[in-house]
Amino acid sequence: MTEYNFAYLDEQTKRMIRRAILKGLAIPGYQVPFASREMPMPYGWGTGGVQVSAAVLTPEDRFKVIDQGADDTTNAVSIRSFFERTAGVATTTTTSEASVIQTRHRVPEEALTEDQILVYQVPIPEPLRFLEPRESETRKMHSLEEYGLMHVKLYEDIARHGHIATSYAYPVKVEGRYVMDPSPIPKFDNPKLGNMPAIQLFGAGREQRIYALPPYTQVVSLDFEDHPFEASKADHSCGLCGATDSYLDEVITDDQGGRMFVCSDTDYCEGRRAAGFFGEMSAENPSAPTMTTQRNLEFQT
Amino acid sequence: MHAQTLSGGFETPPVDSAHAFRAVMEAMARPGQIKDISGAQPPAPLSAAAGSVLLTLCDTDTPIYLAGDADTDDVRAWLAFHTGAPLTGPSQAMFAVGRWEALVPLQGYQIGTSEYPDRSATLIVECTELTTSGANLSGPGIKSRAALSLPELDAFQSNRGLFPLGLDFIFTCGGQVAALPRSTIVSAPEGAMEVS
Repeated sequence: MTEYNFAYLDEQTKRMIRRAILKGLAIPGYQVPFASREMPMPYGWGTGGVQVSAAVLTPEDRFKVIDQGADDTTNAVSIRSFFERTAGVATTTTTSEASVIQTRHRVPEEALTEDQILVYQVPIPEPLRFLEPRESETRKMHSLEEYGLMHVKLYEDIARHGHIATSYAYPVKVEGRYVMDPSPIPKFDNPKLGNMPAIQLFGAGREQRIYALPPYTQVVSLDFEDHPFEASKADHSCGLCGATDSYLDEVITDDQGGRMFVCSDTDYCEGRRAAGFFGEMSAENPSAPTMTTQRNLEFQT
Repeated sequence: MHAQTLSGGFETPPVDSAHAFRAVMEAMARPGQIKDISGAQPPAPLSAAAGSVLLTLCDTDTPIYLAGDADTDDVRAWLAFHTGAPLTGPSQAMFAVGRWEALVPLQGYQIGTSEYPDRSATLIVECTELTTSGANLSGPGIKSRAALSLPELDAFQSNRGLFPLGLDFIFTCGGQVAALPRSTIVSAPEGAMEVS
């Protein structure tokens, strides 16, 4: 025996995960317990997302994996090759070509369509966990819609910092019922969750939870009337492609305080550069300072 | 043992069940949309769609209730061979399959608990026709409006009233599948007169 069962998992495990996905879709934002399996990668490396992807994939799918927006980081590369090997599915790094996208902590910049499925890797699915460590209590709080504690937490942010300082894993309320952890995506991505044409599935392997957002679901980031939710990002443009509307990573380029901001979504950035856009630190920019260009070229290789 | 009992399963279970699941998932995520589903040839009176749903989702962990006509020796033997699922009454069932008249009343099924609303039954309703007209649907999964030929309105409206508890429905007809999760708000067809 050299071949794997299609998409690695045995069929009984897939049926169990599939039943959980259907219940998750029927109760948007509610965390469905499931019997998470040990996967050939450590917890924290996307075992939940991998199990959900394995239960969802068909041989005709084209699969994309991103890790903090990038297609070429360790986690993304290893999961992509895992499914190439165990499911034989085609893979891509182009967002628009993918039918199933597994993501760690980002929503792609390019708007998704009805023909796509977005699978999130989730470390801690319980939004109330750091406020109340007992699972028995957080279950009760969800069943009673007792979410005052979450607002107290956001209020304490304002009292201490003058604004809501939570910048990732920003809690949302789904269809006016369940408060949900959107996984540690930057709050810049929160507005994309609501009314998305694609199906969104969330898998937490270590914590053994699956939850889901059907398409066109109402998702509201928690806030206050006098401190409305604000999707924030670094106040710069991308150094490579010049985009002002994408989420940016800060990259330290030397030990002299040099730094640049680049799109965290590598496919989006590459697409823009291919279309002729360039940023102020791009090698193609004729007005870029020579030093920077030199440094930038090294960075790109 | 009848040959029919042993045949009619998925040809290549991992691939066929993956395709069937995608149809069911798309249907559940987008209430009012009808998807093609195939792979299983169950004994009569089960439709190919109902058989495919059962093979995709059921196994020894999921008690099934066979309602009315669906409860035949052939169906029992076929399910036992292909899924190993125990058969049970409505109160213990995770899945129930049959015609709408045989499945009602809905009060007997598990609707979940307030802490675990997922521990509820899924009803596979065999229909003679399935069209995107009839009752108006709104809620999660529906962009603006959708419609589906439902066997009645009241039962689905009171089921929605139980949210987040409640039952989820999968409608099957021939080789087609549609679904109605508990989150969907059902209202009378537009322009229809109130039935007295």
